[in-house]
Amino acid sequence: MYDSSDLRKGLKIAIDGEPYIITDFQFSKPGKGQALYKCKLKNMVTGYTVDRTYRSGDKFEPANLDEVHMQYLYRDNEGFHFMNTITYDQVTLTNDQVEEAKSFLLDNMEVDILFFQDTPIDITLPTFVELEVTESAPGVRGDTATGATKSVTLETGHEIQVPLFIKQGEILKIDTRTGEYVERAKK
Amino acid sequence: MLATRGGIIKDLRSFLSEQGFLEVQTPLMIKAPVPEASIEAFPVFQGKGKPDLYLIPSPEINLKRLLAEGLDRIFQLGPVFRQEEQGSHHLSEFTMLEWYRTGADYHDLMSDCEAIIEITAQSAGWKGNSITYKGIKINIKPPFPRITIKKVFEKYAGWTPGPAPDLDRFNQDMVTKIEPNLPPDRPVFLMDYPASCASLARLKASDTKVAERVELYAGGLEIANGFSELTDHEEQESRFRKEAERRRKQGLRAYPRPEEFLLSLRGLPNCAGMALGIDRLVMLLTNTSNINDVVAFPPEKIQPAAML
Repeated sequence: MYDSSDLRKGLKIAIDGEPYIITDFQFSKPGKGQALYKCKLKNMVTGYTVDRTYRSGDKFEPANLDEVHMQYLYRDNEGFHFMNTITYDQVTLTNDQVEEAKSFLLDNMEVDILFFQDTPIDITLPTFVELEVTESAPGVRGDTATGATKSVTLETGHEIQVPLFIKQGEILKIDTRTGEYVERAKK
Repeated sequence: MLATRGGIIKDLRSFLSEQGFLEVQTPLMIKAPVPEASIEAFPVFQGKGKPDLYLIPSPEINLKRLLAEGLDRIFQLGPVFRQEEQGSHHLSEFTMLEWYRTGADYHDLMSDCEAIIEITAQSAGWKGNSITYKGIKINIKPPFPRITIKKVFEKYAGWTPGPAPDLDRFNQDMVTKIEPNLPPDRPVFLMDYPASCASLARLKASDTKVAERVELYAGGLEIANGFSELTDHEEQESRFRKEAERRRKQGLRAYPRPEEFLLSLRGLPNCAGMALGIDRLVMLLTNTSNINDVVAFPPEKIQPAAML
């Protein structure tokens, strides 16, 4: 059971038995008034979004979801295919369901697939992934100000901001929750 | 960011001092906060059988005591604390400017606000009469539009709040129907709140269904709140009792009676006071959408901490 103070972006709750994920969250408190929690929620099965405003003290059931550890196989016209390495069951997620996770998804990567009843609906990447830089412009000389960054392309085709000293061929550790560069991976 | 924030605060202080306001520091720990049903003060454990103190959710009680003792223009600029307020516009510990002037009412506060916005916009590097917040140009040339709660509710919520509206409905509509419909390109004052929505404000002489309370909004942010202050100690005491009763019904902690404050009201001259959220002002003037990005350090994550 969740309380209104647990509400935040990314939390999964059940509304009328269906799983919803909070995609936008705003704590709101009109002057001298009680706290209100404005949420945009996406139905994790249908993809439809709804707006809801909750009050402090409201209670929520967690979404009834199962998480299964699976391996990413390949992508084709149907979408992204994953396999349970114990039962060899295979499932497919659509492009929309995989969303931004595809920026960091590599063949054979171990991920968690979320199921509502028997339907796969979402993917959770490992918190940190290691990916190779396949394309990088040389750093601009002299620009050594703290925090200066440049854009490089990863082996997944995704572009990311990194410090100027990163070179092509290096392996980077990336935090998939924020999509940001963490450090150079130890070889 | 911190340099801009520091510049804004420095210019605010010099502006207020030029206007004859004295900066004061009243205690941050007090024994009795104002009983309000929707503001939770942090208790401070004193130990050794002593009663708990509270971190101030606002310095108003002690600032008014100073007015009663004869000071006439004062301000305090510093931290205030409120439990369970956290979000892109809220911090549990935030910085508040609160200023009071005697022989004045909420109209004077509105003029003060206009001057403050103009001056601090310059501190933040904006030229001319406009700033840009979240891609929208906001014209900050005074006077800002003044709109009554009655008008804005009739127009956007389709009903007229009476002197004591259903607070649930009033607040819901304020957040979902009123705030999103305020003019995006001007700061705006909402004024004349239902009498029951302002426990420290004076009622309007010409219409006692409303209180002389005003809120400044800009760029969708609630920037400041103020009133013509209530100076009638009996009325104040009876309103506090009602709020305390509301707190009891909601199962909230009971606060001690603010004895010294209630006594001092007997000597409180006509006055008006406004509280302005510095962090939100800095957000507005630096085009920042999350309050965590205008403070030196965002709130610490709440998890069991490793001990030294």
